[in-house]
Parts: sequence; structure tokens; C-alpha cells
Amino acid sequence: MATRSLYRSAAAKRLFVAAPRCARLYSSGSSGSSNSNAADKETHFGFQTVKESLKASKVAEVFSSVAASYDTMNDVMSFGIHRLWKDHFVRSLDPGRKPGGQPLKILDVAGGTGDIAFRMLDNAAKVHHDFETSVIVADINGDMLREGEKRALAAGYLPSDRISFKVEDAETLNTIPSNSVDLYTISFGIRNVTRIQEALKSAHRVLKPGGVFACMEFSKVSPAPLDAIYQQYSFSVIPLMGQLVAGDRDSYQYLVESIKRFPSQQEFAQMIRDAGFLTAGRGYDELTFGVASIWKGIKPLEVKK
Amino acid sequence: MAILTHLPRQLLPTTPGRLFLLLPATTRAFSALSRPPPNYPGHVPLTTPERVLLGAGSALVCFFNPRRADLIAACGEATAVPYFIYRLRDAMLRDATGRRILRERPRITSKSLDLAQLRRLRDGSVGREYVRWLDRERVSPDTRSAVRYIDDPECAYVMQRYRECHDFYHALTGLPVVREGEVALKAFEFANTLIPMTGLSMFSVLTLKPRERRRMWATYFPWAVRNGLGAKEVINVYWEEELETDVDTLRSRLGIEMPPDMRSIRKAEKERQRREKEMMKGV
Repeated sequence: MATRSLYRSAAAKRLFVAAPRCARLYSSGSSGSSNSNAADKETHFGFQTVKESLKASKVAEVFSSVAASYDTMNDVMSFGIHRLWKDHFVRSLDPGRKPGGQPLKILDVAGGTGDIAFRMLDNAAKVHHDFETSVIVADINGDMLREGEKRALAAGYLPSDRISFKVEDAETLNTIPSNSVDLYTISFGIRNVTRIQEALKSAHRVLKPGGVFACMEFSKVSPAPLDAIYQQYSFSVIPLMGQLVAGDRDSYQYLVESIKRFPSQQEFAQMIRDAGFLTAGRGYDELTFGVASIWKGIKPLEVKK
Repeated sequence: MAILTHLPRQLLPTTPGRLFLLLPATTRAFSALSRPPPNYPGHVPLTTPERVLLGAGSALVCFFNPRRADLIAACGEATAVPYFIYRLRDAMLRDATGRRILRERPRITSKSLDLAQLRRLRDGSVGREYVRWLDRERVSPDTRSAVRYIDDPECAYVMQRYRECHDFYHALTGLPVVREGEVALKAFEFANTLIPMTGLSMFSVLTLKPRERRRMWATYFPWAVRNGLGAKEVINVYWEEELETDVDTLRSRLGIEMPPDMRSIRKAEKERQRREKEMMKGV
């Protein structure tokens, strides 16, 4: 793919960030994989190149190893600003039953530890006095979901039918019926999906017509001088913090590389439109100079003939 | 000066050549965004500010949490350049066995050592005493973290070898795995190998109990300095070949005397404290 070679030449010449853990799973990361099966295409894992079939398990490994210290690391990396982003994200969506309306069915994808789900339930309860809106938290990684379940129990959201946790692949969402979800959110998860367009298509499938798709993800910083500082910080400080706080440099190296790999705000907004969503204006709002952005789309109502 | 930095190290004259050990192995400047390719699997070339941050950060975290073995390792690697790891490698090059170790690059892992077979060795042999120490301390030759932050592959191996031989140094000196024993052994290692992290570990003396600290100053530090400086370089011991050697012979060959047995001293002291407490209760 043209994008891959662009990143390969522009970014580090390094071909291997092989940690013993990752080396177990794949044998070739360089361009010497000419005898690979044509059906097993290659994709990127940070700056490495891996077979598509392997990327999901490699991502799962990353998140298994970061699950326990996920929040501490998020606080350390973003100086606590991620909490402000998440608060803003939920408040701008304002989930909850509106007067004369029905309680919402929300699907939070890649929401393992429950950050966004808890905020949604709180918004519904406190702003709209709605205790019937429910959230399904779906994640590909069972360890993150277990972390979320523990927190839900501790905070009192469980046991109840307001929140449930499911292991799901964002690209397929096998157990979620079509046209069943009012609000689909994915927060800091979509860059880890192997085929992003598939995930967008699945989102389109499970949403009801008129349902809202909302995605918050890291994006490109502008202006350029600020971006230069941001890149330096990302590639120097974050893996170092990962080593000091979590004892895992490689997972955080993967995280910053995957951030760099993710399409720009405009490109991703176009991908959302290509999946069939309607967007307003540019389709996205930037947070903190573009460090993160929120994209929103609506599944169009069926055209009655 | 500029011309001399382009000469390979081997051609530099020995005495002033020592000063060139202060130069980094790679004089190419790079940033975190464009790191040079790794020199060995797992290698992460660090810029100088990153190295400083890693060294300082890991030292700080380790001081408060000495169980973070991965950070102790990282601290060792970050602080070993520019001079110290090259000095250690050169010390290996000056010795015939050291040269052989560098050529053959043996690794000590939980797989490469057959503990059952070591237990069958003669009492008093290095291998038997090593396994006896492992059993007494209830530890295993666990896989040490791989070296990542040293640029020169040979020096990376030297650091890896030091790390993997650490348990053998425990067995050689009889020091236990408690904090006091580790500090005493690190003092010995600093005097013998001059690896900066071992010297920095001396700060953990501040975290010891007052009685332990007194023992350290009175007995173990003097022992460590005396033996570390006086003994031959322990990095040059080919442990895989010495497993059947008599351990006392090895100690006298290296010039190491056993320190007072820390475990029995600690046990006697705990006994005394317990008896005193009981007497106080009785009063």
C-alpha cells in the first residue's frame, strides 16, 4: 500500500521492534515475506508489517499486558487530560431518555475498562433521571473486560441490567443484531482494529436508522511546530514511561506508532462517510490542538419509496 | 582529535586509548523519531537525554521498589555507558578465559542448567553449592531480562553475562537474597566490576534497618571492598566449566574469602530479640 511505504521511508528505518513476547507469534516482519499466501494480506502493527490474521492477536497481547496499569499509564501519558476528553465526549453526546422518548441502547466498542460506559450511565441518571438506558461494553480483549467488570461491581453498576460486558471483534460484532443500537461509541480503540473500514461497516449495520456513531481517537496535531514537539514527546517520553511505570516498553512503543499510523482527521471523516454515515460540517471536532478528535456520524433513515 | 575518533578502538594506543573509552560507541547524532537500526534483536538505541532520563527514573523507582528487577537492569544499562561497560569488556579481553567467554558467548538460563544433574554432583563442588544456595533461598535461575539499551553488541553480551552470573556470585559468597545480602553483594560487585548501577545500589543502605546498617558498615562493606578490589575479575570465570571444581579451590584461586554467614547472624539476632520480648512480657 502506498501509505505503508510512505511511513516506512519517512519514519524510523528500524524494521524490528521485536520483543521476545512478540517474536513468538510471527517470523517475518520485513519485506522478505515474498512467499506469503496471497489470501493472507499484510497490514501494519505500529511500524512493523505483519500478516492480517496475526494483527488481532498481537493487539490482544498488547492490551493484556497493559490492562492492569491502563489507567495509571493514561494519566501519566496525557497528564490526566484524557479524563477531560472523555467527560467532554460523553457530555457532548448527552445520552439518556429525552422527554417523550425511549431509553437508549448504547454499544461501547473497545471500551474494556468501562471508562466511557460509566460516564454514559451517570449522564443518563443524573441529567435525565434515566435508569433504564443500558450499555453493552464490547472488547476483543477479555482481560480489559474483566478489569471493567471489577470496576462496575465496585462502583455499583453491577449487578443490574444497565451494563453488560461482551467479548466482540469490532470488525464483525457477531452477537449484536442489526439495527438494534441507538448510540455506537468507540473511544481510543479504532486505531487498533485491523480493517478499520470493516469496523465502520459493522457499526453501520448494528445502528438503528437515525442512530449516532461517535468515535474519539488520537489525530494529527497542527500547527507543525507543535506537532514536532508532540512527536518528540510521543516517541521519547511515552515508551520510557511505559518502561518505568508498567515495565513494558514495547506495548507503549506500539501505541505511539499506531497513533502515528492512524489516518488524518479529514481522511477518517471521509472513511466514515464511505461507510454510509451522514456527517455534519467537516465531520470532526478537534481537542487539545488535534492530539485527539471526535468524529460523529448519523445512520440515515430509510428512504420510504 | 577528530582523526583519532575515526580509528577503530583496537588501534588506539593503550594508555591514552583508555580515555577514548569515554566516547560513545556511535558518534552519529539521531533523534527519537529516526533511530538507527538495531544492532541486535531487542536493541533500542537511546539518545543521551533519554538515557539520562531512564537512568535517573529507574534509579528513583528502584530505590522505593527494589522488587522491580527489570528497572534495576535498565538502570544498569543506562548508566554503564560511556566508560564502564567498555572497561569491563576490556578486562575480559585481557584474560584468556575472558576472551574465550566473549568468543563462545555462553548463556545461563533456566533451561541451560540441569538442576537435577547439579544436585547429584559432589558436595563442595561449585555446582552442588550453587544448587544448595538456590534451594536454601528458594529461588530459581530465572530468566534475567535481556539487555536492550547498550549499543555495542559485545558489550551488551558482557552486561547480559554479568546479569546471568549474579546468582553464582551469591553462591560463591554465601550471601542470601534478603535486602541486606543483596546490598553487600552489590558492594562486592562494584569493587570488582565497577558497574555504576552496583555503586548506585549503595543508596539502598538507607532503607535498611539500623541494626542491619551497623552490620553493613562494620563487617560487610569492609569485606566487600577488600575482596572486590583484591580478587580477580569474577566476570572472567567460565562458570559452565567450573561446576565440578571444588568451591574452596575456586575461592582461593580468585582470592575471595567468605563473609560471616548472614543468615545465621540474622537468625541468631531474631532469636535474641524474641527472647528479650518474652522476658519483657514476663516482667
